Amino acid sequence: MTTYLLTGARPLGGDPTDVLVADGVVAALGADARRAGAQVVEADGLVLLPGLVDLHTHLREPGREDAETVESGTRAAALGGFTAVHAMANTTPTQDTAGVVEQVWRLGRDAGWCDVHPVGAVTVGLEGERLAELSAMARSAAAVRVFSDDGKCVHDPVVMRRALEYVKAFDGVVAQHAQEPRLTEGAQMHEGVVSAELGLTGWPAVAEEAVVARDVLLAEHVGSRLHVLHLSTAGSVDIVRWAKARGIAVTAEATPHHLALTDDLVRGYDPRFKVNPPLRTAEDVEAVRQGLADGTIDVVGTDHAPHPREDKDCEWGAAAFGMTGLETALSVVQEVMVDTGRLTWADVARVMSTAPAHIGRLTGQGRPIAVGEPANLTLVDPAARRVVVPEEQATASVNSPFAGRELPGRVVATFLRGRATVLDGALVEGTHR
Amino acid sequence: MRHLLSAADLDLGEAVLVLDTAAQMAATQAREIKKLPTLRGRTVVNLFFEDSTRTRISFETAAKRLSADVINFSAKGSSVSKGESLKDTALTLQAMGADAVVIRHQASGAPHTLAHAGWTHGAVVNAGDGMHQHPTQALLDAYTLRRHLVGDGGRADATGRDLAGVHVAIVGDVLHSRVARSNVQLLRTLGARVTLVAPPTLVPVGVHAWPAEVSYDLDDVLATGPDAVMMLRVQRERMSSAGGGFFPSPLEYTRGYGLDARRLALLPDHAVVLHPGPMNRGLEISADAADSPRAVIVEQVANGVAVRMAVLYLLLAGGDTTRGRDEGTSRAGDGQERTDVRTDETRVHA
Ligand SMILES: [Zn+2]
Repeated sequence: MTTYLLTGARPLGGDPTDVLVADGVVAALGADARRAGAQVVEADGLVLLPGLVDLHTHLREPGREDAETVESGTRAAALGGFTAVHAMANTTPTQDTAGVVEQVWRLGRDAGWCDVHPVGAVTVGLEGERLAELSAMARSAAAVRVFSDDGKCVHDPVVMRRALEYVKAFDGVVAQHAQEPRLTEGAQMHEGVVSAELGLTGWPAVAEEAVVARDVLLAEHVGSRLHVLHLSTAGSVDIVRWAKARGIAVTAEATPHHLALTDDLVRGYDPRFKVNPPLRTAEDVEAVRQGLADGTIDVVGTDHAPHPREDKDCEWGAAAFGMTGLETALSVVQEVMVDTGRLTWADVARVMSTAPAHIGRLTGQGRPIAVGEPANLTLVDPAARRVVVPEEQATASVNSPFAGRELPGRVVATFLRGRATVLDGALVEGTHR
Repeated sequence: MRHLLSAADLDLGEAVLVLDTAAQMAATQAREIKKLPTLRGRTVVNLFFEDSTRTRISFETAAKRLSADVINFSAKGSSVSKGESLKDTALTLQAMGADAVVIRHQASGAPHTLAHAGWTHGAVVNAGDGMHQHPTQALLDAYTLRRHLVGDGGRADATGRDLAGVHVAIVGDVLHSRVARSNVQLLRTLGARVTLVAPPTLVPVGVHAWPAEVSYDLDDVLATGPDAVMMLRVQRERMSSAGGGFFPSPLEYTRGYGLDARRLALLPDHAVVLHPGPMNRGLEISADAADSPRAVIVEQVANGVAVRMAVLYLLLAGGDTTRGRDEGTSRAGDGQERTDVRTDETRVHA
């Protein structure tokens, strides 16, 4: 395995140092790192982060290989600086059995661009009625710890209660897509001033907040841990803040798009901005940013949701919900949180690596940058600027809401257990199989 | 004016120009030979994804009276669950050389997408999209209001005038109504004052940003003496649980918000009653009210043709000197110098 010497890198944005990556681990730091024979990666001015961990990726395989495959999605992940992704369960067939989660896990291992941890469905077929065989998935080779019906809400309170209780047996977590179904029938966008003008059926904030409130109370009642996906409203942030103050074991996620974009964008009826939960108001965006800054929100998850062209190249009402995000997430976080002084790079390491790894109970990810630790690393150039061109991304889909936008920051290199998956901003082909 | 997608596309000058042009069109319609050569050689496609015989016939009549070739394309019943068919249909129409596409679609924003996705080069006229907009309906309503409230029922010349000082009550299912949305915007542009009247369940969240007042009490509003009452169609199925459960029963709705003889009598003498049709007699409007002399509902239909003639004329011939087409000899063409041609490319995607 190639040995790499990263010269002048700034771990977590701190003082520059040399970092030696050898035999899959961080072998040395500082003066000790200078060693003959290592391939030098010029990292002057670059920020070194622990490899990013996404708790919320839709890889679409099996079933929608026209949108994404494990191969294409994990290539995108590596380019985005990720060394581990959690693959959501809404595949076809659903990831609701040990067999399917093991299949996805193997596809990830064979692709080799990053670790793929399948998320298990909470209920059979995401139908919200019967618990899937959660224990079998937990004990499979995929060792599932995160369970979610994402895309759909576990709306039945009894089913949700049982799921929260049941996963305690293997230290699992239920990741809720909070959406009260009756309040969101036919919903097309955030309900408010813009929906009133555009004549699109509204997705009210309360439909999310009511479920978040119920679930934190259920989690408290049964003493389980709960993870709330994609918080999108100011009210949800308040509820999670309240729950944490009360000692409830809840963690929460913000997506890059809910940190950066508002429902005003829907005025052009461009389906690239159609997502679930929907883009909200500027006040909601500010509350989500504040929640991420003050620790109420624990992680940034991409909710990378690729769709084939024809599902977005149509009128708003017929278009699919979702946006790609793996290759823009870090840049968006830099733009709205780091460059504005609301998060440090150490905070970015926490919300995009350490905390998601901890919630997913991953052992080799989200570790400190220290001698002997697994070399899952991401090197980012914060001074770079780039224009997002979806057609040039590795994801198989082009539904990026940031298309044409200039964003700061560029992932220069990604290391997965010491092996470079990305160097000079490009995938390193052919070394990993 | 490149397209007509929303009543908000029109500024005051443009809106008045459409009304004035419609008046000129209406004058030609009183002649024995109604047909004008203005749009000879042009093709207008009526692309209807949703049934509306009335609106389609109105546009068809308007286009034919301007001598345009008309193609009626009914896409209802075809596989429109996927939007692809809008794109494919648009590409087909483009290949046929449509100069204008008049589109009715159940999805809000479909005309906007058609106009901006590069699928067609023709002018796009929104003939009603979902709950969003129906700008030619608002224009024909404004034309009708101006004729009665400013032009004394046709006895005085209303040319160049707007609706400043006119008070219009719009009553009914505002939430689901593209007619209401278009009218609020256009009436405001023309200087009128609008009061929306509906049960709270049928008023959209976010209405506070609209340039209109909102009342839940029809009798209160009628007591203020509005110059016009515009009744909106209410679909009976809205009361059912599956339909959203917006009101308890048709009877309760009618009691609160129906226009009947008693309420009609509350109006000032000069006030008129409008309805975009088709009416649910006995639900939002009683037969007494619908057939009363104050009701200008039948006239709205005739005015719809004149207004649509004006819109097609202005989009395809008016102010357009670059295409070098024969603009014919229509009176409407005389002396119409359009210096304020706006494009609709105002919505920038950030
Ligand atoms: Zn979700």
